[in-house]
Order: sequence, then structure tokens, then C-alpha cells
Amino acid sequence: MTTLNTPPTGARANTPAGHSPKPETFTAVRTDQVADLQVIDKKVDANGLPILGATPGLSSRYVGMSGSQILMKMLAEHGVTDAFGYPGGAILPTFDALYDANINFVLVRHEQGAGHMADGYARATGKPGVVIVTSGPGATNTVTPLATAYMDSIPIIVFSGQVRTYLIGNDAFQEADVTGIVRPVTKRAYLVKSVKDLPRIINEAFIVATTGRPGPVLVDLPVDVTTNKIEEPVDDTPYLPGYKPRVLGHSKMTRAAADAINASRRPVLYVGGGAVLANAWKEVRELADKANLPCTTTLLGLGAFDERNPRSLHMLGMHGSAYANYAVQESDLLIAVGARFDDRVTGNLKFFAPKAKIIHIDIDPSSISKNVKVDVPVVGDARLCLQDIIQHVQHVERKEWFAQIDAWKKKFPFIYRDDTANIKPQAIIEAINKATEGKAIFATGVGQHQMWAAQFIRWSQPRSMISSGGLGTMGYGVPAAIGAQVGRPGELVIDIDGDASFIMFPQELATAAEYNIPVKIAIINNNFQGMVKQWQELFYKGRLSYTKMTNPDFAKLAEGFGVKGLRCERKEDLHRIVDEMIAHPGPCVVDFLCEKDEHVYPMVASGKALHEMELGVVGQGAQEPTLHPNAARELGTLA
Amino acid sequence: MRHVISALVMNEPGVLAHVAGMFSARGFNIDSLVVGRTEDPALSRMTIIVNADERILEQVRKQLTKIVTVVRVRDYKDLPFVERDLALIKVATPPGKRTEVLELVNIFRGRVVDVGPSTLMVEISGEEEKIDAFVEQLRPYGIKELARTGVIAMPRGNSTISLSDDDTGSRREGLARPQRSSGLDKREPTQAELEATPPG
Ligand SMILES: Cc1cc2nc3c(=O)[nH]c(=O)nc-3n(C[C@H](O)[C@H](O)[C@H](O)COP(=O)(O)OP(=O)(O)OC[C@H]3O[C@@H](n4cnc5c(N)ncnc54)[C@H](O)[C@@H]3O)c2cc1C
Ligand SMILES: Cc1ncc(C[n+]2csc(CCOP(=O)(O)OP(=O)(O)O)c2C)c(N)n1
Ligand SMILES: [Mg+2]
Repeated sequence: MTTLNTPPTGARANTPAGHSPKPETFTAVRTDQVADLQVIDKKVDANGLPILGATPGLSSRYVGMSGSQILMKMLAEHGVTDAFGYPGGAILPTFDALYDANINFVLVRHEQGAGHMADGYARATGKPGVVIVTSGPGATNTVTPLATAYMDSIPIIVFSGQVRTYLIGNDAFQEADVTGIVRPVTKRAYLVKSVKDLPRIINEAFIVATTGRPGPVLVDLPVDVTTNKIEEPVDDTPYLPGYKPRVLGHSKMTRAAADAINASRRPVLYVGGGAVLANAWKEVRELADKANLPCTTTLLGLGAFDERNPRSLHMLGMHGSAYANYAVQESDLLIAVGARFDDRVTGNLKFFAPKAKIIHIDIDPSSISKNVKVDVPVVGDARLCLQDIIQHVQHVERKEWFAQIDAWKKKFPFIYRDDTANIKPQAIIEAINKATEGKAIFATGVGQHQMWAAQFIRWSQPRSMISSGGLGTMGYGVPAAIGAQVGRPGELVIDIDGDASFIMFPQELATAAEYNIPVKIAIINNNFQGMVKQWQELFYKGRLSYTKMTNPDFAKLAEGFGVKGLRCERKEDLHRIVDEMIAHPGPCVVDFLCEKDEHVYPMVASGKALHEMELGVVGQGAQEPTLHPNAARELGTLA
Repeated sequence: MRHVISALVMNEPGVLAHVAGMFSARGFNIDSLVVGRTEDPALSRMTIIVNADERILEQVRKQLTKIVTVVRVRDYKDLPFVERDLALIKVATPPGKRTEVLELVNIFRGRVVDVGPSTLMVEISGEEEKIDAFVEQLRPYGIKELARTGVIAMPRGNSTISLSDDDTGSRREGLARPQRSSGLDKREPTQAELEATPPG
């Protein structure tokens, strides 16, 4: 078994001693600092387009190899060190090759888990996540992860088994038209028809998944494609004639953007997941500092801008900060960087940022002017476009604007009232934030706890927020946290989960236990589907139709899986148990029982404009003496 | 507003389903969609007619371009072009009416391609509206069967909508075309191969 307290090792030795090799990799040492993530430059040609593979021509490097051997060889060549999956009949030849491969393979308990793990891995590391599953039910179990990754533009590649080519279309055992099923939720789906096509398709799959606007790709592998050998030289050059992601922004547009920024009196920088995907956090910071811009991020942009920076407006949108939303509504210039004007962010589009001119930097032309008419479109990679724009911006004072923003920040901080005998859910997240100083990787489920995590963690590290934004997939937290931990073994990974989200996907605890993947799972347990309950209370006359959860004893459940289980019910135990959770060297589940009758505020109700948000207790910030310590600390830094 | 869009797509299974699926998933209405071969065996051309305002047209164009297997998209908004639709019409020719029908066929520059005891099959091509008008003229005689290809289109003069016309052609230099694998490999497996994969 894993030795505790040994320093994290980079190399993950695979020990094919038993049928399920256990890598001795996951040490549970807590690091205080999230490693400075490396930004790997993608190779681009003179036009800034990604270089597509090797020189064309027939290559004999695959001759004599079977499809599954080719897959293993090429995974290694594409830098794949870890993969997630589950075996079955149609993928057996590939699993046989996996037995000898130098890949740290994580055997999951459900293929959906493998998909979300690969997704969490990709978000935490910036590398594509790889999944290997069998045909039919194995492949269809990956549909939800593919859709989750597609909505949030996350690069994962699923290799699924398929029945033999001669059986395709015959309703063979465990046959499903998988490429047909997943096409709308993948960037590209391949059915490989001959082993001769496999090298080219694997190269294409990696390019398509990771370049341009990233996204999931599925490669369906019939049994005979993985068992047949390549007998003569083949061309493995990618053939993607229609695929030309634009990377460099048009210089006329970047110049126009810089001019608009210099001329603006009330600008707001609005940063999204695309800035994370582009590894553009340094540039975002540089632009905000140099041009003196207040900066808000979307849920998926959290961590791309250090929230301890006084220019930070924290998250905007439906449950974003009042000051971010007011600033957007009052702005004369909105600079969107890799953000897609989602309806959770804009509220009623008719009244969104009514006074603002809009600059939109996005690599996907179809994102631009989709929801909101854009004045200065900049099509290209966020990092490269920002580097260009930064050159041409100047520092502008904007005293009045910042004074106004600071006044809003003082008046409407994220707060809650600690006025029940039960622990308030926000207090749990605050305690975790305090204990970690926000320096951990956080995954979430979907619901109120997800929003409170967004509000009460002080995000400062890029790639530290692992959350399903666009699809809102409950059950995502546990596997995504495991995937993130596999990608960044030496670091602290905490899943802030809901009780209902957790119980939708608890079986991967067995995976965490088997490999001693030391994720910490903090269940914010209100014994309700709290987010739905909130809407029922606000809009359905409090008729709580099927939202109450009758939950198991989560701590015992964890223990049953061989994972440490803790329970916290009393306020006075909170900090101690949070510390105990973090200090535990292996995986750990904590059942934090909390107040159920708590709503997430601020809130922009459907159909309302951003500035018409309900403030709840937040609006009483100025008068309330019960400002929580975190908010008070923050106000201190603002003054 | 009626718009004609030409999309050059990779000639492989699933592309038509992908494009058609994108239209239905995003709620764009298609009036007509025609797919056929082109000068390049690796590519097919789709000619799509949509009724949409400028904003929707823009999204249709961008969403089409976004599909990886769609190689090139062009709308004929600011481009002079020729469009053609072709129809086969089986029309009843009641006793004594055959000459009337033949006269109409001549006026519309149609062609009789089959003659039955009491029917004629007419082939006619032209712009959609011309064919609509012709069909209306024939209707009183009794149309037994009607089949139309839908619209195909091509720009006038020197401009083309093809791969070589691509503005990023430089990148494509030296890019080999994959040898097309000829459909599914229908070889029966051997006993040993069958034993290598358990049922499930
Ligand atoms: C219960 C719930 C509540 C929510 N409430 C909120 C809320 O209050 N506030 C909020 O913000 N979100 C909220 N969300 C999330 C929301 O649904 C969206 O997922 C999120 O707002 C989208 O973030 P984004 O705009 O950053 O887009 P993303 O989905 O991250 O899109 C990224 C954009 O960047 C582009 N891009 C990709 N790569 C690059 C590159 N290299 N260079 C340039 N551009 C690139 C893409 O083309 C795309 O347009 C909530 C979700 C849930 C489940
Ligand atoms: C798979 C799935 N089913 C249903 C929903 C709808 N939904 C969104 S939030 C939510 C409740 C989540 O409850 P819980 O995980 O306990 O979080 P809480 O809101 O209580 O913090 C539900 C049912 C969803 N997002 N995903
Ligand atoms: Mg709950």
C-alpha cells in the first residue's frame, strides 16, 4: 500500500504485478502552495495556426503493430501519463496492451466516473484527459461527461470499444451507434473503420480536442481495428481541411480594443473560462494592472484573476456579487475575455450592460455576437490577443469609477447572518477557505453549495476551480476531484459537495480508497436539494415537491468504502474538524450537517436585469454589525 | 429573407447527420438542403436554403463553420450566382389534352422523358420560382407524381467556392489526403479472434 508522508514523486511507476496495478504515487502530504502552473506554448506556424503533425508521407513506423499497440505507443507520444476507464469485451485487446503500457491507469467503478475524472484532470492540469471504455453500455455511460465537457470546452478524449466492423449495423451484442449518439456533444466523433486509419485519427483526435476552442472527442474502436496489424506503411498526417482555428487576433481589432480601453471612463474586465483554457492569467493580471481596470470573473473564470487584488469584483451573474453586477450595468465598456455571455451571467439580455460598448476576445467566432451585439470583435487566443492589447494600453486614473465601486463593495459584501443553532453552510466554506487560505484545488457538485463556494472561497490560483458550469452536472464533484488529484498528486484537493450531488455518485470512493487518492470531500449537508428548494420557496409557494433528501450516514458510508468518515454537527467543532479533514493523509469524507433554510444571495431572478437582483441579507451589509470576519478582512484591503 | 448557403463538407458518413442535427438543435429552419459530389472525391457540397434575418444567417454560417468536418462555408448574399432546381413531373394527359400539355412544356423549356398511355413524364430545370410556376400550370391536368432535387447554386464569373480558393491555403501545402479506407471491413473473424472477446 501507499506509504504516507513520503514526498510526492513525479514519476508514476506502473507495477503490473497484480491484475490491478496500484501505483505508489499518491502521497497525502499537504502542500501550502499550489504549484505555479506551467504554461506550455503550443507550436504555431507563421500565421499563428497550430502546426498539424508530422511531415506527410508514408511511414513504416507502425508496420507489424496491432491497433491496440499503436494506441498505447501514440498515447505515450502525445504525452499521456494517466488515463481512466473500465474494461469489457469489445475493448479487451486494448486493455491487454494497457497491461504493459507505461500509463498510470485508474480503474473506476462507473464509466461516467472515468469521464468526469478525465475532465477534472484536464481542468486542473491543462492536459487532455483520456478515457478507455468498452462498447454499448460502457460507451453510453460516458455521454453525460462528454456533454459536461462539451459545454465547458474541456479537452477529453474517449476511446470506446465497438463490435467488429463486420457486425456493425446488425444489432450485435453490446452494439450501440455511439458516434451517432455523441455527435451533438462532441467536437468530433470518429468511428475507425480500418487499422490503417488509426494513426492519423489518433493524431487528429488530440489536435481537435486541444486546439482552438477545446472540446471532447470520441474515438470508437471496433474489435478488429484494435487486433488487426498494420502491414504496410501508412500516412499518419492529420487531415483536417476545414479546421483552422484563428489564434492571432487581427491587429486592427486589438488596436481598436486598446483604444477603446484607453478612452473608457467606466470599464469592466469580464473574464471567463476561456482565459483559463488559454493559460492567460498572467496577461489578465497585467492588463488589469497596467490599464487600471476592475475585473470580474464568471464561475468558470474563477482563479484567473486573484481576488485578493483590490481591482477584483469577484464573480458576476445570477449569484455573483452585487458590486460586480452594478459595475457591469453602469459600465461604459465591457471587455469580455474568453467568456460567452451565458444567460446566468447576463440576466435579461434586453437590459444587459445598457451603456456599454463591448469588446469580445474569443477564439470561437460563433461565440461572438451570439447573445449580445459586439462592437469590437477580436477573434483569437486570449493569451496572444491580450499580449498584443497590453502593448497599447495606458494607465488611466478613473478615480470616480473606483470610488463608486469601492462604495458598492463596502455596502454589499457577500455576507450571511450567523443566527441559527445549526451551522450555516457559508460558515463551513469560510472555515475551509480560512484553513487553506484558498490555496487548494476545489471541485464542487451543483447547487447552493457550489454558489457559496464561488462566493466564499477567495480564489487566487488558476485552475483551482473545478465545477460543471454549463451543464450543471450533479455528481460531478467526487470523480472530478479524484481526476484533479491524479493530475496534481502533491496538492490538496477538496470537493465541496452537496448531499444530493454526492449521493448521485458516491461509488468512486472505492476508487479513491483503492489507489489512496487523498481527496477531501466536504458534504454541505442540508438534507435537501437546496437549490431546488430555494426556487420552490421563492416561486412555487413553498410546495417542496420531492426535494427533501433522506440520506444515509455519510461518515459510515465512507468507512464502508475504506475511506475515513467524519461528522460535524456543532459550531464549536467546525474549525477542528476542518483541520482534521485537511490533516488526514488519505481520502476523507466529512458530513457537515448544516442549516437547511438558507438561500443563496444575491440572486437575479429569471427575466430580471442584473441590477434588479434580490439582495437578501447582503443588502444590509452596511448597517449590520455581524459582518463575518472574512468580509471585514476584505474591506480592510480595499480601504 | 431567403438565403442560399454553400457548404463544402468532408465526404464521410455522419456529416449530413451532424449538419442536419445542428440545424434542428439550434432551431434554425431549413427550406432545402441538397448534398452531392463535387470535383473533388473527398468533398461533398451542401446547398442550403434558409429563411432568416441577418443575425440568424450569421449564426448559421458560424455554427456551420464550427463543425470540424465542414471545410468551407459561403453565403451568396453579395455574390452573383446561378441557382438551379430540377423536377420530374408525371402529369395526367386526359384525352384531347396532350397537345396543351406539350405546349406548356415547350413554353417552359421542359423536356418529355417518358410517355405513358395517359401520362407524360416531364423533366424541367431552372430557378425554384420557374418550377413552382410550371407546377401550378400543370396542376389542373392532374399531377400524379412530383420529385424535385432542391436547389444547387454556383457563383458567376471567376469566383469559386472550393478548397483551392481557401484563404489559408499555405498551411495546407503538402498536406496529404488520407487514402480512403473502402468502407467497413467485412471479413469474418476467425475462431481464435472470437474467443479473444468475451460476451460483455
Ligand atoms: C446552479 C448554477 C448557477 C450558476 N450561476 C452562475 C453565476 O451566477 N455566474 C456565473 O458566472 N456563472 C454561473 N453559472 C455557470 C454558467 O452556467 C456558465 O457555465 C458560465 O457562466 C460560463 O462561463 P464562461 O462565460 O466563462 O464560459 P465558458 O463556458 O468557460 O466558455 C469559454 C469561452 O471562451 C472561449 N475560449 C476557449 N478557449 C479560448 C482561448 N484559448 N482564447 C480565447 N477564448 C477561448 C470559448 O470559445 C467560449 O466562448 C452557474 C451554473 C450553475 C450550475
Ligand atoms: C444530474 C442532475 N439532475 C438534476 C439537476 C437539477 N438540480 C440542480 S441543483 C439541484 C439540487 C442539488 O442539491 P445538493 O447537491 O444537495 O446541493 P444544495 O443545493 O443542497 O447545496 C438539482 C436537483 C442537476 N443539476 N443535475
Ligand atoms: Mg443539499
